[in-house]
Amino acid sequence: MRRSEQRARAAARANASGANAPRNAPKATGRGSDRATAGRRADDRGGVVPRAVVPRASVDTAITVSHLSVGVAGGELILDDVSFRLHPGRILALVGESGSGKTTAALACMNHLRAGLELRRGTVELHAGASRFHPEAVDLLTLTERGTRGLRGGTIAYVPQDPALSLNGSLRVGEQIAEVLRAHEFGRDARERDARVAEVLTEVGLPSDRAYQRRFPHELSGGQQQRIGIAMAFACRPAVIILDEPTTGLDVATQDLVLKTVYELTTKHDVAGLYITHDLAVVAQVADDVAVMLRGTIVERGAAWDVLHHPEHPYTRTLLDAVPDMAGAREMGGGPAVAPVHSVRAPWDDGRGGDDDAGPSRSRDASTPRGGEAARGRGSGVVVEPRAGTEAGGSDPSRDASEVPAASGPGTAGGDRASVEPVVAVRELWMAYGPAVILDGISMDLPAGRTTMLLGESGSGKTTLSRSVAGLNDRYTGQVLLDGHVLAPGTRQRTREQRQRIQYVFQSPFSSLNPRRSIGDSLQVPLEMNGELSRAQRRAAVADALDAVRLGRSYIDRRPGDLSGGERQRAAVARALVNAPSLLVCDEITSALDVSVQASVIELLRELQRERGLAMLFVTHNIALARHISHRLAVLEHGKLVEYGPTDTVLRDPRHEYTRSLLEHVPTLESAG
Amino acid sequence: MILKRLGISVFVLLAVSLLVFFFTLLLPGDPAQAILGQQATPERLAALREQLDLNAPWYERYLSWLGGLLVGDLGTSAATGGSVNALLASKVSASVVLMAIAAVIAIPVGLLLGTWSAMRRGRAADQGLTGISLVLAALPEFVIGVALTTLLSTTVFRLLPSVTMAAPGTRVWDYPLQLILPTLTLILVVVPYMIRMTRTTMADVLDSGYVEMARLKGLPERQVIFKHALPHAIGPVAQVIAMQLAWLAGGIVVVEFLFRYPGLGQAMVDAVNTRDVQVVQALSMIIAAFYVIVNLLADVVGILANPKLRTESRS
Repeated sequence: MRRSEQRARAAARANASGANAPRNAPKATGRGSDRATAGRRADDRGGVVPRAVVPRASVDTAITVSHLSVGVAGGELILDDVSFRLHPGRILALVGESGSGKTTAALACMNHLRAGLELRRGTVELHAGASRFHPEAVDLLTLTERGTRGLRGGTIAYVPQDPALSLNGSLRVGEQIAEVLRAHEFGRDARERDARVAEVLTEVGLPSDRAYQRRFPHELSGGQQQRIGIAMAFACRPAVIILDEPTTGLDVATQDLVLKTVYELTTKHDVAGLYITHDLAVVAQVADDVAVMLRGTIVERGAAWDVLHHPEHPYTRTLLDAVPDMAGAREMGGGPAVAPVHSVRAPWDDGRGGDDDAGPSRSRDASTPRGGEAARGRGSGVVVEPRAGTEAGGSDPSRDASEVPAASGPGTAGGDRASVEPVVAVRELWMAYGPAVILDGISMDLPAGRTTMLLGESGSGKTTLSRSVAGLNDRYTGQVLLDGHVLAPGTRQRTREQRQRIQYVFQSPFSSLNPRRSIGDSLQVPLEMNGELSRAQRRAAVADALDAVRLGRSYIDRRPGDLSGGERQRAAVARALVNAPSLLVCDEITSALDVSVQASVIELLRELQRERGLAMLFVTHNIALARHISHRLAVLEHGKLVEYGPTDTVLRDPRHEYTRSLLEHVPTLESAG
Repeated sequence: MILKRLGISVFVLLAVSLLVFFFTLLLPGDPAQAILGQQATPERLAALREQLDLNAPWYERYLSWLGGLLVGDLGTSAATGGSVNALLASKVSASVVLMAIAAVIAIPVGLLLGTWSAMRRGRAADQGLTGISLVLAALPEFVIGVALTTLLSTTVFRLLPSVTMAAPGTRVWDYPLQLILPTLTLILVVVPYMIRMTRTTMADVLDSGYVEMARLKGLPERQVIFKHALPHAIGPVAQVIAMQLAWLAGGIVVVEFLFRYPGLGQAMVDAVNTRDVQVVQALSMIIAAFYVIVNLLADVVGILANPKLRTESRS
């Protein structure tokens, strides 16, 4: 009886949301079938866990945050008069960049202020009837420590940003879920709690057997760890759940799975959700409502579909522009895609054709002679090139036989000659650790003025490959050629000139710059190594490099600690540029950054490439960036190149299962509901 | 993994035995001369050299010495002519008693005070404790010993004996009161380091994501500290404790000398004075073995406290 009521409600909800907000068809069916299977699973075990335990929300609003102001103790405000409501069964997305105060706001909902913060004003009201533990309405911020503890984890649960840091490495994952249940006296005895642990593991799509529960966090993948975090949060069937960027660092397929789990569980159990993120594409996938935060205040709010499609505040529009677009039709980060879908003309056509779709960065091209020439030089356009991949571990012989490498497509001017002879070529690269083959016969060309995107999940060998190219890994067999000359495997055996021409930018700008050195000192190191320039000349070169990455020479005496993540990554790029390299190897350089910062770094790389004709190897797990940065796409799986060709061709006609699954799961703004 | 550590330990001990052997070989003076005095006749010196096996090539002497060590025979004392084993047995056990008491008290005190200090970071209690431990850590052990003697046994209060009386045939622990001052000195020397290291490690751990998460799960504070935080601090802290215990083995020389405590340290001082090479070698090896064992234990604790290392060592 009760169960059928729930189903009816869920169905009604689904219909309602479907009616007022068109979701794209595949996702809707996906969710529907997921929900159906979850329902069946619950039926199977109906006897173990009494259904009556499931609380249904009887209230319209679970939590109301009003006029919340939080500041640094004795200092500036972090949150300024923030108000929002959380409704059962709906997810509110709190969107903003790092430092906008969204995590502070979310943690305040749990009466948790991080060290050094103080509450200035405001209330967080838990409404009457929202919690099993507090039948009356209560202001969370006035609760005692004991009262707060009773609510945390049981009524209001938290899913942390980085499960690798937030799961306790020395406790088994089953125990970490079970202890929440024990702390909140969920169920009548240990047997019921054990059953609940197994049930919640199933709900998040993980195995629920003993052996799995006895694993330690480090024995799980990132996606599994995050689902343990979610299981921990849903274990007590909370009334409110707070998710703090739970998909940061996950690849798109895993992100998709986690988002589906979150969406399904909040709607199925009528939980009020608060989802914190900087990525509007994610918002489109899970949220019902959106509040956009900028420097501690909410600048725009509304239903997700409205905000995403009719943004009013300029900041919301900036965030929307930063979202990479699989089709490449939309501009990202102030410039058009380099490899948009077939129908959209390639942006470097401007040398020959009309200029109607010129992006803002185009004007800069015209003013830089070299950039303009290079842009014309690349006039052949990727779209007309046949699919490359001749030498590349091709599983498809027909492709291999007939095709010409991309770079030798019909060319026009001088720039193309550079791309006929790749700056750097990789031939039959092979490497193994004992029996584990890391790189399995990889060959690719990296022509001047072109970017090759290297995609793959963690462990696929993409970082090993890029490190081999840069000479940071010397244990490979095979050849890396620079201008046709075979390079020695390790940097130490390479000549200075060879080292200078291949530069590497590391993933984390937070650890790749020495915090004790000024930016200028860090950038000078590569110049000191070659020892040709005087001190003044070096400083001038560093200043030029800082200008080139649009930081400006005023940054020369600042330290990394004073810089934001995006600024640091620009400084790291500048360090690679001081030696005027021919090839820039970028190893996941945007994955530690906010979406909006990522967009600006991508824009920077595109401009640098246009100005200097750089060859680039862009390593990432984010396929959504493909059209915005890469001319060619290479997909690596288990050390094999399973996909290699012009970006547009690969994206339109992916041959490999992994590429297809990545493409399927890319979140887009269009899926807003 | 643990086996690997064990292998390394054995190797270290072998290397130490070589070093000890060669450095005692380099000690100035001739052991035979030292034993017999300046007036000894050449014939008697030659006879003694023969008896001490001093004429054999160094590697033969090393191997026979090493062989003796392995079966627990530490050789013959040059000074007394008796067995080194018999000479050292009572002294080693006296020192071990002292160190064991000091360790049993110091380790829990250090861990608890360090944890407590970390939990009250920035408050008066923490600052006071940090200050006191810094001062104590800066003082050399003989200063602490002399200060304690002045305070508790001579000038201020006359509560405790300041020197150890060990009548022949009795053992030091037959008079527990006389153990208090040397133990207290040792404890005051090692505890400050343990407090400081535990505090730093715990402070890091308490700032970590998993401790914040444990609090956000609504767990009682006691559970947060002992179940979630402490296991992560154990590994690094065990290393410091090991270093301190190892220090005890060497630092005890000064403290024993100060309190006239008939232990390892005193035996060492005596042996050096009388050029008793065999005893110096034996003591050096005992102390070295203690260092190695304590560090090995710390590594094992570190491995056991960290499931990542533990599961790696299983596979």
